[in-house]
Amino acid sequence: MTSVSTPAAPETVLEARGIVKRFGALTVLHGIDLALAGGEVVSIIGPSGSGKSTFIRCMNMLEAPDAGEIRFRGRQVGSSFRGKGDRLGQGELRRHVGMVFQHFNLFPHMSVLENVIEGPTTVQRKPRKEAVDIAMDYIAKVGLAEKRDARPDQLSGGQKQRVAIARALTMQPDALLLDEITSALDPELVGEVLGVVRGLAEQGMTMVIVTHEISFAADVSDRVVFMEGGRIAEQGSPDGILRNPDNERLKTFLARFHG
Amino acid sequence: MYTWSFAPIAQSADLFLWGAWITILYTVSSIAIGLVLGLLLCFARLSGIGPLNWLAQGFQELFRCTPLLVQLLWIYYALPLLLGFDLANWAAALITLSLYAAAFYAEVFRGGIVSIDRGQSEAGAAIGMSGWQVMRRIVLPQAIRRMMPAFINQSVTQFKNTSLISVISVAELTYMASIVNGQTYRPLESYTVLAVLYFAILFPITKFADIVESRTRGGH
Repeated sequence: MTSVSTPAAPETVLEARGIVKRFGALTVLHGIDLALAGGEVVSIIGPSGSGKSTFIRCMNMLEAPDAGEIRFRGRQVGSSFRGKGDRLGQGELRRHVGMVFQHFNLFPHMSVLENVIEGPTTVQRKPRKEAVDIAMDYIAKVGLAEKRDARPDQLSGGQKQRVAIARALTMQPDALLLDEITSALDPELVGEVLGVVRGLAEQGMTMVIVTHEISFAADVSDRVVFMEGGRIAEQGSPDGILRNPDNERLKTFLARFHG
Repeated sequence: MYTWSFAPIAQSADLFLWGAWITILYTVSSIAIGLVLGLLLCFARLSGIGPLNWLAQGFQELFRCTPLLVQLLWIYYALPLLLGFDLANWAAALITLSLYAAAFYAEVFRGGIVSIDRGQSEAGAAIGMSGWQVMRRIVLPQAIRRMMPAFINQSVTQFKNTSLISVISVAELTYMASIVNGQTYRPLESYTVLAVLYFAILFPITKFADIVESRTRGGH
């Protein structure tokens, strides 16, 4: 329990230390450090191929780092599915850290509701009724209560992505990883998805957001990280990073967005 | 002008019926065994364990790259010499048909499974599912739908292939037709009835396969 008198610094929820990732001869991450405090929203921006997606996938071990470590609430995450000794298993990590993907990856053979309760029933072993209650709560929060029995192929891209967010939230995770979740959407559908994410940020959800939506990143983030060539080139408050950049490469990168 | 006469053939109707029954038995049982072995082969191929993968692949290539008739002859006449004990013709037939089916079904399964987008497994893993849960809940239900047409095609082929075991005197449909021919000296009628029987059984099945295929396409 935190003491009442001294407001302690928020606990680090998820931490990456010295993450190195290679694909064959190509090194795509050259030792990335990032600590995510409870309630913090961190956006990662950078040019294509800078390694930001690979990095966020390392944070829940969908990509196994070649060096470095991922820690969840101080416990190092091991490479096996279940924990061993003092190591947390990958499976356990992923129960606490949700992810939303660029291409939604909804399960096409299941309805909206079935997609969302799959984690609670199969992984968390919750009774179906309890899972449905939690799921419907989140499905309603993303504004799709009337679509509970629809199949993914009957939904628009924006609706699919909102279902994917509800699917991640229904696991009641400690943190969310959002990997370019608006990049595959038609421009007119981006807003509805970002609206949901903005709501989550306001409610204090801990998030890492890989995005090309620079102004959105500036709006919702506590911290913006600029990656380039597999390294963190710059990081800081949205104001410092996005409105008054002093890094030349960052300026060049931002100029492309500001036209 | 040839005068058709089915009367002598009709007297042997019970032989044809019995033969058809035996053909169906060999088809169904070799498909059942082939499915189990094929699934094991497929998982061996996808296991990511080198030796297991090579072994399974070697087995598959062996059965895919030699004629079924040659396999049948080898297992019936040659294998017993290696093993030092006799193999009954029905056992040799069942073993050969089952192994042959397994090699092909394994490929049908593997094709279905690897055709499922990687994002599906990742989405399953991302909510904390184990590899087996991902396979059972996410990948297989989608893969099975997708592999149905290939599975039915392969099974139709399996049905027709059972005619080869007549060569080692298993009394299935084709063998019975040659018996009837021997008794009646009416090859035209005997073998026409034989062909019509195969067709009558398989035609509805292939139509069914077409319906399944079009529905699968409509689905996703």
